[in-house]
Amino acid sequence: MGLKLESGVADAIRAHGVETYPNECCGAFYGRDGVVSSTYAMPNTTELGPRRRFQISPRDYMNAEKRASELGMEMLGFYHSHPDHPARPSQFDLDHAWPSLSYIIVSIKEGVPEDMTSWRLQEDRSAFDQENLTHA
Amino acid sequence: MPNTIHIPTPLRPFTDKQESVEVSGATVGELLKDLTTRHDGLKKHLYTDDGRLRNFVNVYLNDEDIRYLQKEQTPVKPGDSLSIVPSVAGGVL
Repeated sequence: MGLKLESGVADAIRAHGVETYPNECCGAFYGRDGVVSSTYAMPNTTELGPRRRFQISPRDYMNAEKRASELGMEMLGFYHSHPDHPARPSQFDLDHAWPSLSYIIVSIKEGVPEDMTSWRLQEDRSAFDQENLTHA
Repeated sequence: MPNTIHIPTPLRPFTDKQESVEVSGATVGELLKDLTTRHDGLKKHLYTDDGRLRNFVNVYLNDEDIRYLQKEQTPVKPGDSLSIVPSVAGGVL
């Protein structure tokens, strides 16, 4: 299992992370059979401090699902940035993760994008597994 | 007339890919219990170990958040529908 990012997808995620730095960005991504072809930048609605947290509201979530139908694609997962922190999921990420989705994390250090990784929640919710991220 | 529960994308692998599931019960809690009885794999993603709905799980009765009704004790009428809507959240700490 892994994700393949079509041309422009990684750049769009990095650009969003740079744009919102020092706050976290977030968004959804779409495609088919593990190939990501489209991203959807979404507002970070957290009330817990956007430098360290992100939240996608239920209404925005519903829009993200609707967009999948409009695109005729699957919603494969969500991305967010970790400003000045590594691209590894936190305990908070784990506690709030949903199954059967991919979570892409991009590290933004001092406004510059660095590592990008992708993760999936284990069946028993105890941890994430890192998945292979390749570029088309 | 049965009630239906709309299932969000990440939970559909646990409902044989169905977007909605027909359930029965007299309250929101009973409908959810019927759902997790039919599709056992959903339980750990909807409820904490002590049996409370996880705080990032939003449940709407028709279009109203059950937190502003009577939560899981909210009575339902035949034909009412529930939607499970994820709050997606995370962060560095």
